[in-house]
Amino acid sequence: MTQADVASTANIRPRRRRRRNLTPFLLLSPAILVILFVVLLPLLFSFYTSFTGYRLIKPETLYQWVGFQNYQRIFADKNFWAAFGRTVLFLTIALNLEFLLGLGIALLINRITWGQRALRTMMMFPMMFSPILVGYQFKFIFNDNIGILNNALQALGLSEGAIPWLVDKYLAMFSILFAEIWMSTSVFAILLLAGLFAMPRDPLEAARVDGCNPWQVFRHITLPFLMPFAFIAMTIRSLDVARAYDIVDVMTGGGPAGRTELLWTLIARVGYDNARMGQANAMAYISILLSIAFTYYFFTKLIAARKYMGGAD
Amino acid sequence: MAAIRIRDVVKNYGKLEVVHGINLDIAHNEFVVLVGPSGCGKSTTLRMIAGLEDITGGEIFIGDRVVNDLPPRKRDISMVFQNYALYPHMTVRENLGFGLKIAKLAKPVIEERVNEAAAILGIDELMERTPAELSGGQRQRVAMGRAIVRHPQVFLFDEPLSNLDAKLRVQMRTEIKRLHQTVRTTIVYVTHDQVEAMTLADRIVVMKDGYIEQVGSPLEVFEHPVNTFVATFIGSPPMNMIAGRIVKKDGHFHIAFQADQTVPVAADLARTVTEGQEVIFGFRADDLMPDEHAMPIPGASSRLRLKVDIAEPLGTETILFCNFAGKDIQAKMLNPRPVPPGEVMDFSLAIDKAHLFDAASGHNLRN
Repeated sequence: MTQADVASTANIRPRRRRRRNLTPFLLLSPAILVILFVVLLPLLFSFYTSFTGYRLIKPETLYQWVGFQNYQRIFADKNFWAAFGRTVLFLTIALNLEFLLGLGIALLINRITWGQRALRTMMMFPMMFSPILVGYQFKFIFNDNIGILNNALQALGLSEGAIPWLVDKYLAMFSILFAEIWMSTSVFAILLLAGLFAMPRDPLEAARVDGCNPWQVFRHITLPFLMPFAFIAMTIRSLDVARAYDIVDVMTGGGPAGRTELLWTLIARVGYDNARMGQANAMAYISILLSIAFTYYFFTKLIAARKYMGGAD
Repeated sequence: MAAIRIRDVVKNYGKLEVVHGINLDIAHNEFVVLVGPSGCGKSTTLRMIAGLEDITGGEIFIGDRVVNDLPPRKRDISMVFQNYALYPHMTVRENLGFGLKIAKLAKPVIEERVNEAAAILGIDELMERTPAELSGGQRQRVAMGRAIVRHPQVFLFDEPLSNLDAKLRVQMRTEIKRLHQTVRTTIVYVTHDQVEAMTLADRIVVMKDGYIEQVGSPLEVFEHPVNTFVATFIGSPPMNMIAGRIVKKDGHFHIAFQADQTVPVAADLARTVTEGQEVIFGFRADDLMPDEHAMPIPGASSRLRLKVDIAEPLGTETILFCNFAGKDIQAKMLNPRPVPPGEVMDFSLAIDKAHLFDAASGHNLRN
């Protein structure tokens, strides 16, 4: 091989390699473009508006740069932080109760040998309804005058007067939680049931021989095995609950007097009812940080739990 | 003291009876191997001893206690499973110590016992790994370690080596034997591999279709199989079996096969057989050897001239496949030389070591 040959191959090779490196991006470009226009651009646009005094009814305000004024106002806003705290509390209670109830349901259904498929399907019915319908359903159940719950309580002699389920500040929160849990416990149940199906039988038997009573088998073997499935369910549900809007809006509208106001009902009110889109977007960005924090937390838990599950059969 | 007594034990799954009233006595510190083809009830029997399966009928004693209604944790046993059954979310150290932690032993005691077991099995360096990071052989060692830390009265092994590759299996087999000699505990071991059974057992229990066919030391079972099933199941290559009929020739009993070939009946069996009786003639490959490649035969022998169809060299010996009386049989050639297919060789058959089974019942006529 002469000097010239070496030089010419050296010239060709990088070019060819560059072309080959471009191919994956070329093939992915439709997806990349869609994500760009559907996700990234709106995201950037809304991020920009959070630094403006943008009001929906005055389009020219889109160019009114206000710097961090929206954020400063939010940080000083008691109502926002109340809604923020309420959302975290709502999330914590809902997720924990759904986990416990879902675990119970999954364990029970796992033991059934006859009619299990039918039950599994029935268990998922609440998930099939639109959250708005679930909200209306419970709005009528909990209604203090015509609701079936008060009617039943009074008929059974358990209560004297009409209990203001959707008006009292604690009871209203409870009622919304109840509806949320009723609707979504099956997410946990179905994922945990999948975990139980995938569970190898041998370690359970080994634990029984190793001296465990049924509770210890559950506590030391079954539960650790199920936790990755629980964390997946929690990640999904934390995103879901953190943006809870429809049920709350239908059942209480954030009332009474803002006592059931969650982040997104507040954001919707500021953005659409008060037309202050710039400020609403600033709130939305802060609330997204909350979701990211929860997701990150559950994913680290998930990775820690899964580390031991891989490959050990 | 942990002798195990099994009395008339029956196991039903629904209406299907899979173990039919078996009886077995296992002595203290004895290594007993249950062996049989799949579906013979050996694993079910082991799991009934462990308490992982209910006992439908009969009684199982461990020591002096009837354990029928005791959960596994109260039986003072350890079990090694086919799939190792390690706890995937615990390290090797935690796996080993788990049973002791549940038993609420003091931390230093747990530490000491775990280290002792790790030393016995040579897994000291794996202690902080998780099962996912171990190879098959290492996992099996950990599973055995988990069994021995608890100092149980009885070890139960459920086909522990069948997931390992051939080489590792032989190595672990030796380790299990060594383990038994070190810890001296009653062991009940289930396998479908007769070689494992032969090499490990103090006594072999051969099972078939939910019945015990024969119980005996490896050599007893090998040399005196009670019926055709045990004769063909134990030993490799399997015993040659040829159907024939007893005839009288020159005042002596012979076994006549098709094509008028005959073999004399061993002297000690002359009184048990009757003329015209349908029998199965069984002999091991070791008892049919070609001239000049044989060991001296004790007792009577018979000359056979056979054509070799296939020769399988194994190194120290070669297995010769021949056709005799319409059946494929195997013979063994010591100090082998290459044998071309189709070569006709002269063989000696050790008559006194061959077996005669009743054709109808399959029972060995010598017992």
